[in-house]
Amino acid sequence: MPLDFKIYDTENFYDELIDSAGIPRPGARILIERIESLPDGDILARQKAAEAAMYNMGITFTVYGSDEGTEKIFPFDIVPRIVEARDWEYIERGLKQRIHALNLFLDDIYHDQKILKDKVITEEKILSASAFRPQCVGLDVPRGIWCHITGTDLVRDRDGQHYVLEDNLRCPSGVSYVLENRQILKRTLPLAFEASRVRAVDDYPARLLETLQYLAPDHVPSPTVVVLTPGMYNSAYFEHSFLAQQMGVELVEGSDLVVMDGFVHMRTTRGFQRVDVIYRRIDDDFIDPKAFRADSVLGVPGLIDVYRNGRVALANAPGTGIADDKAVYAYLPQIVKYYLGEDMILPNVPTHICADKKEREYVLANLDKLVVKATNESGGYGMLVGPHSTKEQQAEFAELIRNNPRNYIAQPTLALSRAPVLMEDHFEGRHIDLRPYILYGKDIYVMPGGLTRVALKKGSLVVNSSQGGGSKDTWVLSE
Amino acid sequence: MLSRVANSIYWMSRYLERAENVARFIGVNLHLSLDMPAEFGEQWGPLVNITGDHELFTKRYAEPTRENVLHFLTFDRENPNSILSCVRHARENARSVREIISSEMWEQANRFYLLVKDAAANKSAFENPHDFYTAVKTESHLFDGITEATMSHGEAWHFLQMGELLERADKTSRILDVKYFILLPDALAVGTAIDNIQWSALLKSASALEMYRKHSKQIDPSKVADFLILNREFPRSVLSCLDRAADSLHAITGSSQDAFSNKAEQGLGRLLGELNYTQIDEIIHGGLHEFLDKLQTRLNWIDDALYETFFTLRTLTGDNDQPQVQSQAQA
Repeated sequence: MPLDFKIYDTENFYDELIDSAGIPRPGARILIERIESLPDGDILARQKAAEAAMYNMGITFTVYGSDEGTEKIFPFDIVPRIVEARDWEYIERGLKQRIHALNLFLDDIYHDQKILKDKVITEEKILSASAFRPQCVGLDVPRGIWCHITGTDLVRDRDGQHYVLEDNLRCPSGVSYVLENRQILKRTLPLAFEASRVRAVDDYPARLLETLQYLAPDHVPSPTVVVLTPGMYNSAYFEHSFLAQQMGVELVEGSDLVVMDGFVHMRTTRGFQRVDVIYRRIDDDFIDPKAFRADSVLGVPGLIDVYRNGRVALANAPGTGIADDKAVYAYLPQIVKYYLGEDMILPNVPTHICADKKEREYVLANLDKLVVKATNESGGYGMLVGPHSTKEQQAEFAELIRNNPRNYIAQPTLALSRAPVLMEDHFEGRHIDLRPYILYGKDIYVMPGGLTRVALKKGSLVVNSSQGGGSKDTWVLSE
Repeated sequence: MLSRVANSIYWMSRYLERAENVARFIGVNLHLSLDMPAEFGEQWGPLVNITGDHELFTKRYAEPTRENVLHFLTFDRENPNSILSCVRHARENARSVREIISSEMWEQANRFYLLVKDAAANKSAFENPHDFYTAVKTESHLFDGITEATMSHGEAWHFLQMGELLERADKTSRILDVKYFILLPDALAVGTAIDNIQWSALLKSASALEMYRKHSKQIDPSKVADFLILNREFPRSVLSCLDRAADSLHAITGSSQDAFSNKAEQGLGRLLGELNYTQIDEIIHGGLHEFLDKLQTRLNWIDDALYETFFTLRTLTGDNDQPQVQSQAQA
């Protein structure tokens, strides 16, 4: 049977490649024609070859709790997602504005707290948040930048409007998949790739290194940059190793570093060597047992003191978690307005804050329609998708919300946009989101691409890899 | 380079070389048992003695049958020196230094592991043991070739070389020792056809038969020992391995060949000096097995010295020190 899109049904969702009349969108025309012209079975063979390549390259994650040696590749779908130049221009503008404002917010929260004094946000909301780090108050971070690397999750509703679903300003992961997916797609669909005029993402590691070097103290002529990982058993270890390799810098674990004479050093075969910039992929809590959790064995004792003295730079800065707290997220329009005097370009998904009595009552009365999220959870855990839930689950969440309203927010259930996914002998639509990566160094750079995550389970709205999600290459077109 | 990384690279290559040599041990015994007179039976117990894991074996298995020994040395997860454990450790070490080695090397370490893991799962390996053990040797050679062709000969490569060569020197000495443990039908059989066949099988297991033939035409026990211990040209002889390991060690430290700047250089240099000025007759006279035993002890000592010199680095005050790398299992 020839593989084509004739029987493909968008089922009244916004589809990224095919419009509601079943016709390929302008940017996707070349791709769809190319796929339909391939010989029988070819595209499936290419998909299998891509999976085998990933397996051999060890681009895998360990499945927790299962038999030793069980490793899976992060599921990958061969049909790329396409973002047209006009859409991208809008997204890019919106993200730059958002990161700019969030960075000003962070600097303010850990210094004068003007936004709290002016009562734009109530003090209690910030100071009571678990992501707020009192240790960071008064910190003067290098170049005034807190969030050097951000991954912002975007979704699209039925009418095609983009929304920001959440900001990730701590240790956003996934960028290695963007780069690896691209390598595979270039080999798999080279003709369509070339003809579609896709913008390059391959210089991300070089730009990341530039961003990190920019943070080093002025008097250091060629700074030593390292990537700090929790170790090879961390589920994102592949990415840590990949980025270190691509940047040509050392990948270190906490035990490789030691604080001595007021500086951070790494242990080498030739003695101790000073480290100037640390791209850390360890959470705040574990980074320095003297400053944060004392039981951490992953971090470097005394690191935060050296940081405070300006003798080492950390990316991202500690304390950035307060800016992606789900309850703070709701105030983003006010935050943008307050610091930049502008209206927010990329809208938030409307958010009900359960700590607010009136909003809580609305949420409790509409649990079957809303998506409820724990403010301090990520990865798709601690979540209720109302329309897909049972009465028991709703009752359970009602109880949770009443007991700890500060910990919950709720949003309307969006009809997430979809894209075609290869299912052996035909294509089916699956819900997707998009995580672009933003670097903040000399200026703000948005990588033209991002991680498109797919909810591979039919009808599912949860795209996280821990919940059965996969990924696609993202083609941002240059015109 | 980072001490931890140097340690991982060293052990990655040691473990791969070890996996290859366990396949060689088993190879020699498979050959030998084919050539032995039927009434004499197969001898698998000696193989366990040679690897030095005798105690662990007797704890876990009743009899040293062919099946038990093959399983213990090949797929037993509880045996840290089984082929499966070795390639798993090697791959874990490779994974922890992915950013240092070439991606081709990592892919090969990964493929090697997947081959052994799959063989362990589907049990087909023992139906056709020669094919499987040959595949193990080939995967290891492939890794060596890829390393040679894709990795800069800098500090990391020298640590890799040292791991490989010290492991190979140790294992060549153990392959030679197999003959000590294998019993002949009676004492009179020394020097007979059977004896010669066994020495040939042993050379074959060290991939040395053809090279030996170019060196001496007749199979002669003391010449075989001479070839595997003292030959300067054969890449698996003890002397040749230690000679190149010393080159790498001096390349890392930058000290001159006739001096030493740390314990490892001292130990390796001294051992090399002795071998350089030793004749095989003296070794045989003092007892070949005893010589090999001492050699293995001294190689372990050198390994400990490397660990202290390069892989652990302590601060002067020591107050915020953490033990950073652990010495990995020794054969």
